[in-house]
Amino acid sequence: MLTAFLAGAPTKDVNPLLPEDYDLLWSSVIFVALLIVVAIWVLPRLNKALDARAEAIEGGLKKAEEAQAAAAAARDEYTAQLAEARAEASRIREQARTDGQAILAELKEQAQAEAARIVANAQTQIEAERSAAMVSLRAEVGSLALDLASGVIGETLSDDKKAAAVVDRFLADLEADEKAKAGK
Amino acid sequence: MTPLVRFSDDTDGGFHGPSLEEFFPPAVLFEGTPFELNRIMLIRILITVLLIVWMLVATRRMRLVPTRFQAANEFLFGFVRNSIIIETLGEKDGKRFMAPLFAMFFLILGLNLTGIVPGLNIAGTSVIGTPLVLAIVSYVMFVWAGIRKHGWKFFKNSLFPAGVPWPLYIVVTPIELISTFVLRPVTLTLRLLMNMVAGHMLLVLCFSATSFFLFDVLAGGQLIGLLGIGTFAFGAVFTLFELMVAALQAYVFTFLAAVYIQLSLADEH
Repeated sequence: MLTAFLAGAPTKDVNPLLPEDYDLLWSSVIFVALLIVVAIWVLPRLNKALDARAEAIEGGLKKAEEAQAAAAAARDEYTAQLAEARAEASRIREQARTDGQAILAELKEQAQAEAARIVANAQTQIEAERSAAMVSLRAEVGSLALDLASGVIGETLSDDKKAAAVVDRFLADLEADEKAKAGK
Repeated sequence: MTPLVRFSDDTDGGFHGPSLEEFFPPAVLFEGTPFELNRIMLIRILITVLLIVWMLVATRRMRLVPTRFQAANEFLFGFVRNSIIIETLGEKDGKRFMAPLFAMFFLILGLNLTGIVPGLNIAGTSVIGTPLVLAIVSYVMFVWAGIRKHGWKFFKNSLFPAGVPWPLYIVVTPIELISTFVLRPVTLTLRLLMNMVAGHMLLVLCFSATSFFLFDVLAGGQLIGLLGIGTFAFGAVFTLFELMVAALQAYVFTFLAAVYIQLSLADEH
């Protein structure tokens, strides 16, 4: 049938569908040779390389996952520590504020007591000094006034009895006057 | 065919059309013995040696992070290994039948490609021996796979498919017998062989016509010889077409061989 294709060309009597013995032999030889090489070397090497790569990729992914998990754990721990530190700080601050207020109150109290004490002292002292002043004043003012009066009205007032009575009356008036002023 | 006849009668035999003799070139060595070596046998051996060297070099010191050379080869190997074999047969059975199917694919591809390699110019698969041997390998594999898996029930399953009313077996069984056990290897052989024979014929026709038109007709002063430019363009296009056919036939042959094995292994028929 194929020979019809070859119009005009000189043909030997060949049939392309009938294999020659050498054709079959060499075909088998080359296939077997290639098959042996493929089975013994090529495929094992190829599979090994592909498996190694798959493993490496899987291992890499796993490692990355682990690293991620570790990072997340570290972050959580850090956050927890941070929160704890914050709480601690605010606790310390609160404590300090209370302490400060207590100290301040105590100081204020001490200062007030001190002030009160100082005031009391001062009053006592003033009172004492006033009394002393009053005593010395009474003595000095009496004689000064008498001297002055003697000088003014002459020797009539040198009579001791009369003078003493005048002075006493004057001082009593003075005292009464002062008491009336203080009582107001 | 008419111009072919006319031109071959023309001039002093300037046009040589393609002939079947090209597939049976004169012997080079060991003429008349089963070891006879002719041009095509030498091409086959050359390609096989090149394939072996290439595969060994390509898989030597394979690295985790591939070089460009390794990545390109891995792409090819991976296509056959995964896309053809494992996807059809599954991981486990794919690995059992990996070596013969893998060798089959690359042997067919390599021998097909010699059809368009300048200087070789004929496909190693364009003579029936290699397609036939490989079809027999496929046949043996799927029968063996079936018997290993199902024992002698394999033949019962194949010839008497389940779920068919028994009177129909009179019709179905002969059809199954012929299609499974006769036509499968025959179609495998002929599909590959005829594709390569036809491809070679087409290329020879285009390029010998080009040679005839340009160097006989045009050189003889006839302008019609410019047709040679057209025939050369056709030849170039068909060369690319043959490149595709070479890869496609390798794929189809290997894929069908894998599918036949898968059908034998399948539980229900």
